[in-house]
Amino acid sequence: MAETKELVLLNCWVSPYGMRCRIALAEKRVEYEHKEENVMEKSPLLLQSNPVHKKIPVLVHGGKPVCESLVIVQYVDEAWPDRAPLLPVDAYGRAQARFWADFVDKKIFECGTKLWKLKKEAQGEAKKEFTEGLKLLEDELGEKKYFGGDAFGFVDIALVPLMAWFRTYESFGSFSAETEAPKLVAWGKRCMERESVAMSLPDPAKVYELVCYIRKAFGLE
Amino acid sequence: MAAAAGEVRLIGAWPSPFVLRPRVALNLKGVEYEFLQEKFGEKSELLLRSNPVYKKIPVLLHHDKPVCESMIIVEYVDGVWANSGQAILPADPYERALHRFWSVYIDDKWFPSIFGIGKAETEEAKAESAEQAWAGLKLLEEAFEKLSKGKAFFGGDTIGYVDIALGAYLRWANVIEQMTGLKLFDEEKTPLLAVWAESFCAHEAVKEVMPETEKLLEIAKMRQEK
Repeated sequence: MAETKELVLLNCWVSPYGMRCRIALAEKRVEYEHKEENVMEKSPLLLQSNPVHKKIPVLVHGGKPVCESLVIVQYVDEAWPDRAPLLPVDAYGRAQARFWADFVDKKIFECGTKLWKLKKEAQGEAKKEFTEGLKLLEDELGEKKYFGGDAFGFVDIALVPLMAWFRTYESFGSFSAETEAPKLVAWGKRCMERESVAMSLPDPAKVYELVCYIRKAFGLE
Repeated sequence: MAAAAGEVRLIGAWPSPFVLRPRVALNLKGVEYEFLQEKFGEKSELLLRSNPVYKKIPVLLHHDKPVCESMIIVEYVDGVWANSGQAILPADPYERALHRFWSVYIDDKWFPSIFGIGKAETEEAKAESAEQAWAGLKLLEEAFEKLSKGKAFFGGDTIGYVDIALGAYLRWANVIEQMTGLKLFDEEKTPLLAVWAESFCAHEAVKEVMPETEKLLEIAKMRQEK
């Protein structure tokens, strides 16, 4: 049985990818040990568990590592199939969910990182892609409660860490989330009412503080 | 299991490695489909309507409902036709996670390195990309050893998810080898993968849809001249 094996999540509190894993595990009400990694000094366990990328998050289940956040979320869904399904039952619904989660990776988090890593002059293309990405997600969400409809699921989990990072992206990307994506902001608030999300997302002010510190430390100002 | 006429259509183009992936998956499942070849240099109305987000091939139309992104289509085909042919993804959740991990690695890290060899404008840039490509192949060789468990494919006895992900790039890898003189799937560096590459290309589900290196070389040379 899945529960009897040891479960450890190697993570870093600020990572949106790590937040996805925490939310998935919380939705499934699975107990695990949370190990906070110092990404400047990676633990031997992390290096051994993810030798290819040496990155968090990594879920280690009974000594076996699973890497890549969306792969981890799907693994969690499949290893604990008896409760809180994270993906739709039908193949078409699953394909749509995977498509939009992949879109979130490419257009939101990859672009979002460029917004705070690049200097203002270099941001142009990334900002355009990011705000266009937000609009497409708003269209996809429409009037639904969650991306999955009535049930909170895969796409919601993929995207909701944005709520901890929005403030940071807004500040360095010079835009307003309320203006560019009011439906997503409302959806984010609904998601935050879920315990799994509220307990997994850090305070956006703390994320912003850390990013400011990193920018100074790496001379990105 | 033959699909009813018009039920399954695939929008694509024969040279594309991404299009090859769902074709292999459909062949593995014995699914009949209509192949809608896009005109070179032009995107059809149907494509633009079916994939408004990326406007790219491949797009699978199943009962006119579009599925986009090559490996997502592969997984969809595996799910819908679960009772036909062999499973493309393994049943065990952990093994599925490994297949998905390596598929992401192949697209996000390995493909850019071989693409980099092709695009390189200096010898140094070419050498750097080649080193990255070989390093990636070494990792994939180790992955092959673990996942194949001594059998012919990443999927074991039959073609699986990672086979499709990596195998799709084989002919384009050949093109790069011929244009640069570099050997990518080298029997000395990665002996298991060198054998695997032959097995993949020779497979029933692959050989008729795998483009010929000569024809791809023509396209590559045409692009270079532009």
